[in-house]
Amino acid sequence: MIPISRRGFLAGTAGFLVTAAARSAVPGTGARKLVVVIARGGMDGLSVTPPIGDRAYLGLRGPIAVTNALPLDADFGFNPGLGNFARLMAAGQARFAPAVAIPVRGERSHFEAQDLLENGGGRLHAAESGWLNRALAATGAEGIAAGPDTPLVIRGPAPVGAWNPSAPVAVAPPRVTSVLQQLYGGDALLGGALAGALEVQGETQALGETGGRRANDLRGFGGAVARLMRAPGGPNVVAVSQLGFDTHQRQGANDGLLFSRLKQLDDFVGGLEAGLGGGWSDTVVVVATEFGRTARINGTGGTDHGTASTALLAGGAVRRGGLIGDWPTLAPARLFEGRDLQPTLDMRALLKGVLGEHLGLDRAVLDTQVFPDSAAIAPVRGVCA
Amino acid sequence: MPSQSLNAALAVTRFGLGGRPGEIALAARDPAGFLLAQIRPAGADQPGLPDDGLGPRMALFYQYGERLKVLRAARKAAFDAAEAARGPDAPAAPYAGPVNRKGKPRLGADGERLIRPKKDAGVAELHALVVADTRARLRFAATTPDAFRERWAQFWINHFTVGSRKAQNAMLSAAFEREAIRPHAFGRFADMAAAATHHPAMLMFLDQVRSVGPNSRVGAARGRGLNENLARETLELHTLGAGAGYTQGDVTEFAKALTGFGLVNRVRHPERAGQFAFNAGAHEPGARVVLGRRYPEGGQEQADAVLAALAHDPRTARHLATKLARHFVADRPPPALVATLERAWLGSDGDLATVAAALVRAPEAWAPAAAKVKTSYEFLVSCYRAGGMGADGEGAAPLALERLGQEMFSPPSPKGWPDEGGAWATPTGITDRLRFAGGYAASLPAADPAAVAETALGARTSPALATALARAANRTEALTLLFMSPEFLRR
Repeated sequence: MIPISRRGFLAGTAGFLVTAAARSAVPGTGARKLVVVIARGGMDGLSVTPPIGDRAYLGLRGPIAVTNALPLDADFGFNPGLGNFARLMAAGQARFAPAVAIPVRGERSHFEAQDLLENGGGRLHAAESGWLNRALAATGAEGIAAGPDTPLVIRGPAPVGAWNPSAPVAVAPPRVTSVLQQLYGGDALLGGALAGALEVQGETQALGETGGRRANDLRGFGGAVARLMRAPGGPNVVAVSQLGFDTHQRQGANDGLLFSRLKQLDDFVGGLEAGLGGGWSDTVVVVATEFGRTARINGTGGTDHGTASTALLAGGAVRRGGLIGDWPTLAPARLFEGRDLQPTLDMRALLKGVLGEHLGLDRAVLDTQVFPDSAAIAPVRGVCA
Repeated sequence: MPSQSLNAALAVTRFGLGGRPGEIALAARDPAGFLLAQIRPAGADQPGLPDDGLGPRMALFYQYGERLKVLRAARKAAFDAAEAARGPDAPAAPYAGPVNRKGKPRLGADGERLIRPKKDAGVAELHALVVADTRARLRFAATTPDAFRERWAQFWINHFTVGSRKAQNAMLSAAFEREAIRPHAFGRFADMAAAATHHPAMLMFLDQVRSVGPNSRVGAARGRGLNENLARETLELHTLGAGAGYTQGDVTEFAKALTGFGLVNRVRHPERAGQFAFNAGAHEPGARVVLGRRYPEGGQEQADAVLAALAHDPRTARHLATKLARHFVADRPPPALVATLERAWLGSDGDLATVAAALVRAPEAWAPAAAKVKTSYEFLVSCYRAGGMGADGEGAAPLALERLGQEMFSPPSPKGWPDEGGAWATPTGITDRLRFAGGYAASLPAADPAAVAETALGARTSPALATALARAANRTEALTLLFMSPEFLRR
């Protein structure tokens, strides 16, 4: 049996030679680690980092305003569920962009907006693979999807692994999988998926993971992902989905639904930090959502699909600093279409800044391959050490 | 032109749900005719349980809700009483009693069993019902001789997605597909769209029951407002399709027209509890303009007129022609096929029997190469059709489907289950299928792998696969290879 790694499969498939060439021109990511969390459903930035100093905030949100925020400064706090983020912020290891958005305005469909967030295009249906997958292709870094699904952001021609710590570790005899690898030889989609599955299976078995972790133990999940990242040959790049941010009714940012979602996110990051140990100083975690929510409370104690939201950065490789991008304020005249937080930053500018400074991707690759036709969008500077 | 035996295999695997014993041979006489004979005006089959209609299910839904309310109030009262007894200044005593698996108290301080509202209200019984619904549908899909008819129904069930991870909502999905989708599977699209949009399961799934016209009598009195979910998804997912040129203004206008669509007030009319009702008091007054067309002030007929216009819109024809071609033939469907389906749709005013026949008759649909990756549902059902449901198959089937990432009645979003190969052929997906295939193969010890391949794939079995089956170390490994082969995973 010939062990085929994701890279081996990649280099051995004619269509992917271009990525092998790109890799030789760009240094690998070394010890640098990147974790991308896609918060699905439209995460309400005004509850994640409540703008407690904005004069319009309480009036717009009424009974669902966050009133017990963890204090940050006179302008912003963190949701009470985000204790780790608040602590990291104070330590210079977290930042946030308070009003970031995908490039297309007025796209209030979850599905289209998530596609855009994840495929990195400048308009709808511009790309079929994910920007993180194309970043992997350009750097040669190893990437996996962690959790029960493989998000679009990391899907694409560069083969990636996948690991669901809640599922039992797969057991198929090597005799069977090696024959399947031959049968999939002419099938890039099935071949890449199998190669990714087998490589991660080997790595997690080597760590003694037996599977069956409780799916709602996000701190444990973060720790398990961290151990896999630290293991020899483990992935440097991880993509994770978190569901459940579509808070149309009874939003519960103080102590209800949204609070517990954010607490889970915070637990995941806490677990990552603890599990990575010294590796935390080489790590950046990005949390992004497809859109924010309406500035004003709706008729059912929640908020509807909006435009700009908060994006979070955390990790030892984050550079100490203040807001990323400007705060547009919630003044009535400043609201987008009179209802949503106005974007002040293109999501791609933030992501390009992270990928450039942290993973060493050069500007030309970012402008053309990772985020197609985005030369006009300058990366933000000074976000990563 | 591909051979008749290959076309028979394509008829059964690409249009159907995978071969059962003798099915491909049956189709070989006239593969297209085999499929056309499954189209019938009466609609799709009704594979469900006897009591999965709306009436019994809504009765359970309300009963569960009432119990939950009572139990939650009782729990709060018990908690408040305990707090009061302790006194305002007493420090909270650390709990030292027995705990459950999750470390939460199992008994109250005085040794009494704590109230657990969901459990005590009977959520387990509702779950059991959802499992029984799932089992009934999988059993039917695994055994029906008319698998194209069932595939066609499944397409529309997924198109008008309802569902939930909550058992009390998931159990309404059975009633939804029985009443809104299956009868209309080969009827007019406009009728199916109307039935789906009026069905209580949809009205609840997309929050329409909570939407109130801000200037309506109810809205003004209670300060409640619009919820745009149903309006948006109807435009984006059910009819015109994303990017079809409608605006946020169209969504809001349609949402206002839809206000009043809801359920019967069951306090006033208990005999009709759970049925659709138009609640005039919640309807936003005024004329509406949607997609440039004006709809005069009115009641239920206002939104019905918008919905009818959307169903007959040529953009809807294009959207559905593309989606059907993508589902049955290729992620990037041949433009000629899309055009054929679009013409059939427009020429028949969205008659789904005509569109289904056009799909079967289109040469592009019979391309020999299998471009599509099966969804997990299609994968599981095709395994069962090839090898039978096995010793405990019927009992294990719902869980098997869940472990393959496609728990029935729990789609990931209103968009339904994804249709592109990239969403299923992921490392996670392959791992899940490998795990299932190994276990399922081991449950079929007496099966001859070559014969199962002939049953399942017929002439689509490649020489490489036949060689691999012949060389495998044992029957279980051979069957695992068969179920995991590119020919079997694709269709």
